[in-house]
Amino acid sequence: MSSVEGAHDSYGDEAHHHHHHHDDGVELTPATWKDGKRYAWLLGLIVPLAPFIAWGLVEATGVDAFWFLGPVLVFGVFPLLDLAIGTDPDNPPDSVLKWLEQDRYYRWCTYAFIPLQYAGLVLACWLWADGGLSVAASIGLALTMGVVSGIAINTAHELGHKRASNERWLSKVALAQSGYGHFFIEHNRGHHVRVATPEDPASSRVGESFWEFLPRTVKGSVTSAWELEAVRLDRLRARHLSLKNDIVNAWLMTVVLFAALTLIFGWVVLPYLLLQAVIGFSLLEVVNYLEHYGLLRQRREDGRYERTRPEHSWNSNNVASNVLLYHLQRHSDHHANPMRRYQALRHMDGAPQLPTGYAGMIVLAWIPPLWRRVMDHRLLDHYGGDVTRANIHPRTRDKVLRRYGGGSGAAGAGGAAGAAAAGGAA
Amino acid sequence: MSAWRCPGCGYVYDEAAGHPREGFPAGTPWSEVPDDWACPDCGVRDKVDFEPEE
Repeated sequence: MSSVEGAHDSYGDEAHHHHHHHDDGVELTPATWKDGKRYAWLLGLIVPLAPFIAWGLVEATGVDAFWFLGPVLVFGVFPLLDLAIGTDPDNPPDSVLKWLEQDRYYRWCTYAFIPLQYAGLVLACWLWADGGLSVAASIGLALTMGVVSGIAINTAHELGHKRASNERWLSKVALAQSGYGHFFIEHNRGHHVRVATPEDPASSRVGESFWEFLPRTVKGSVTSAWELEAVRLDRLRARHLSLKNDIVNAWLMTVVLFAALTLIFGWVVLPYLLLQAVIGFSLLEVVNYLEHYGLLRQRREDGRYERTRPEHSWNSNNVASNVLLYHLQRHSDHHANPMRRYQALRHMDGAPQLPTGYAGMIVLAWIPPLWRRVMDHRLLDHYGGDVTRANIHPRTRDKVLRRYGGGSGAAGAGGAAGAAAAGGAA
Repeated sequence: MSAWRCPGCGYVYDEAAGHPREGFPAGTPWSEVPDDWACPDCGVRDKVDFEPEE
């Protein structure tokens, strides 16, 4: 028991505070504390508004390049904003957390995403069908819609962790555009249980490039979600292939959505709808890639994995990406308290930190040699130079051990070895 | 009838109410809930971590 209690303590105040459901009264109001990010959360709506803004800019200037606004914004502008604006490690004091969570303003910022998301999708379909766009312009718009789709999964993620059934339903609706309805099952019941273990398809490993991770996580997430639902449906004595299956009914939402849009706007929109969905879920998966890269929970003597602790997630306090992604980068606190609302997530001292925000890290993940150069020595430092404590990809295990030293004797040499080896790796 | 609380998020499994969506109808005793069942709300803690609710 002592190790469990120890893990408790590492979460600070958590262990003893949440002993009641959220129906117990709010005792504390912030007398002096002000939330500096309060109105910044509205900026997240720039994402679902991107097709409208792109359309406006093209109309105003005649420059077709503006159809690519979504990817330029997220992979070009936001990485630069992260570097320019920097980080914000400030936490709301514990005494205002409860007050902050019950303030409905914050949840309306996330609800508002969804009608804008679908208004944008209808606009995009109309443009693909009747907008007189060139193929290049149509692809640009599909990339922009893919970015909306992917970040909608982040909105769905925030909503899907909540107890309220209306929020869980909105989560499913937000996932329909990317066809990733099973995420809502797999993430909450699969990923959160098995995070930072070799069994989790969504935890990436050292020695595994993003391009090798992508098919593994896409396939593994579907399989795992289906198995989780099958176990539940078996207990209910219901058939697996039925509307009671939350994967089936979530995917059906996508089928109905795409069928309706195809019926209204014609076959021409279907390839673009599929393209934006693939880009959308690939964007989610690249974010998965960087959230737990190489981190590993050790097995306890009784065979169970140690509890998930702050050291099992990579974090970032870069303001621009945090505002864009509803504090998703305060990932350790999210895994400690998955139901905590985004505005109340805290920076945790001692949790591993990414060198910049998710927006920039995504671009690095696409270029494996750069990713290794930036991340592998950080991972090794985190484990005191002992790579055997990391989550190592089985296929490349020998290579990783050769490169970073297999034993405890490698302590201290990690950083240099990482930098030296990064260039030569395949 | 007894109740068991998730020490992570405060979810309570009440035997009287069960958790019908999870396939445990009202009245399902805690002993019939499998050991590897994770908290349906937070997913952070498993059945064996749950504490009896006074």
